[in-house]
Amino acid sequence: MTLLDARGLAKTYPGERRIRALDDVSLSIAAGETLGLIGPSGCGKSTLARVLARLATPDAGSVRLDGLDWLALSGAGLRHARRRLQMVFQDPAAAFHPRATAGGAVADALRIHRLVPRRDRPEAAAALLRQVGLSPDLARRPVATLSGGQRQRVAIARAIAPRPRLLVLDEAVSALDASVRARVLDLLVRLQAELGLAYLFIGHDLAVVRAVSHRIAVMDAGQIIETGPAEALLSDPGSPLLRRLIAAVPALHRKDPPV
Amino acid sequence: MTSLATCDRLTVRYPGAARPALADLTLALHAGEKLAVVGESGSGKSTLARALAGLLPVGTALSGAIRWSGPPPRPGRDIGTVFQDPGASLDPLLTVGAHLVEGLRAPLPLGRAEARARAAALLARVHIPDPERALAAWPHQFSGGQAQRIAIALAIAAGPHLLVADEATSALDVLVQAEIVALLRELCRDAGMTLLFITHDIALAGTLADRVAVLHDARLVEIGPAARLLAAPREPYTRALLAAQLDLASPRLVGTRP
Repeated sequence: MTLLDARGLAKTYPGERRIRALDDVSLSIAAGETLGLIGPSGCGKSTLARVLARLATPDAGSVRLDGLDWLALSGAGLRHARRRLQMVFQDPAAAFHPRATAGGAVADALRIHRLVPRRDRPEAAAALLRQVGLSPDLARRPVATLSGGQRQRVAIARAIAPRPRLLVLDEAVSALDASVRARVLDLLVRLQAELGLAYLFIGHDLAVVRAVSHRIAVMDAGQIIETGPAEALLSDPGSPLLRRLIAAVPALHRKDPPV
Repeated sequence: MTSLATCDRLTVRYPGAARPALADLTLALHAGEKLAVVGESGSGKSTLARALAGLLPVGTALSGAIRWSGPPPRPGRDIGTVFQDPGASLDPLLTVGAHLVEGLRAPLPLGRAEARARAAALLARVHIPDPERALAAWPHQFSGGQAQRIAIALAIAAGPHLLVADEATSALDVLVQAEIVALLRELCRDAGMTLLFITHDIALAGTLADRVAVLHDARLVEIGPAARLLAAPREPYTRALLAAQLDLASPRLVGTRP
């Protein structure tokens, strides 16, 4: 079942160079599916994420999300519907109020979306922290004092608090050490199975995107240039860009020939 | 193999820190080699880079020794440094040419015109297109990858025999990262320069380095030839680091369809 269907999204940033960040972008994501999005820096990945999350307005195009005319929503309608799509960014430090505690950040998300009565919020926040693999003992700790991996788990707990259908993960594991990243990827896969979540997984590391994505879309200069099932696409890349991205992934057990 | 420098039971403690950033580290840096130092956050890899480059902050307590095989390196001349953010090396208020001319004239007895000609040659060496025009341009006019090339040109301006690159490719997208790695390889080969390449990415280390040193919790875990260390790590920590690293042959975490 199609959860998100975007058609003909376009956005040009004003200014001297008039960069076409999105140039007729269409994509769809099924319920419970992970669509990986990969491309070089400046290709428009983050603009696409921001447009889908209603943080930026496109010049043209339409989006249906969970049966709603997503871009037409505004005011109270948008506030009410927003919980369906949540976002996790690369730098969890920048995504929290400097004095926020782990439990407070999650409880705040529950308050904003009016899903849990006030008296039940601390308990619900603790349950969410447990669900992302954090001890509820961390609830009173300022997010700023947590490790990078713990912070990103709090960001994920906050994102799933309003029971979304789709998470947009914009380089969400890119700043983490490999061992921490591996555990956060395991968490994302487990939450997807438990909650039936769909992900738009944006990354620059093709090996990571491949590991978690059912399908992969390749973006370049504001356009999606190819899309396909992860394994099939990587074994038969159609574009020179994807071939270069594949070649740029260091193979662990094969020493590249000296150049 | 002649060594360029040897760390002998090197221990480094930052002012006010409860634990040393580097503990009892012994390793040799061979002249002309590309040595990658790999570790996760807090492993001490950047501290090792700073200690060798003479860039530890004032007040840092150091025990053990760094022994140089020749005369001690002259700062700004015998060791070049490149960091993750090229902005750390480039002043936004100076043109690219002003950086390079200054970088050349401070350590070397060069006239202005000669320094300018050498600056253009340096930009050509790091493959900046149209070097003459680039000299007059400002740092912000370049992409992240081009700015890192300029930072590398600045680092090698005085002809150092050691280049220390501390996460110099980590902020770049993978395609640009591969280009910068190729550039470092080429510069080391052509100038016989020794490279100390600090990275959190063991796979990347394996594609560039002759030898890899693995650091964990301020200590040296293992050091060896890159191909051997990646294919047959001896220490459990190195195996764990490799197991956490994904490549295109790693098992996928999801099925083919939801």
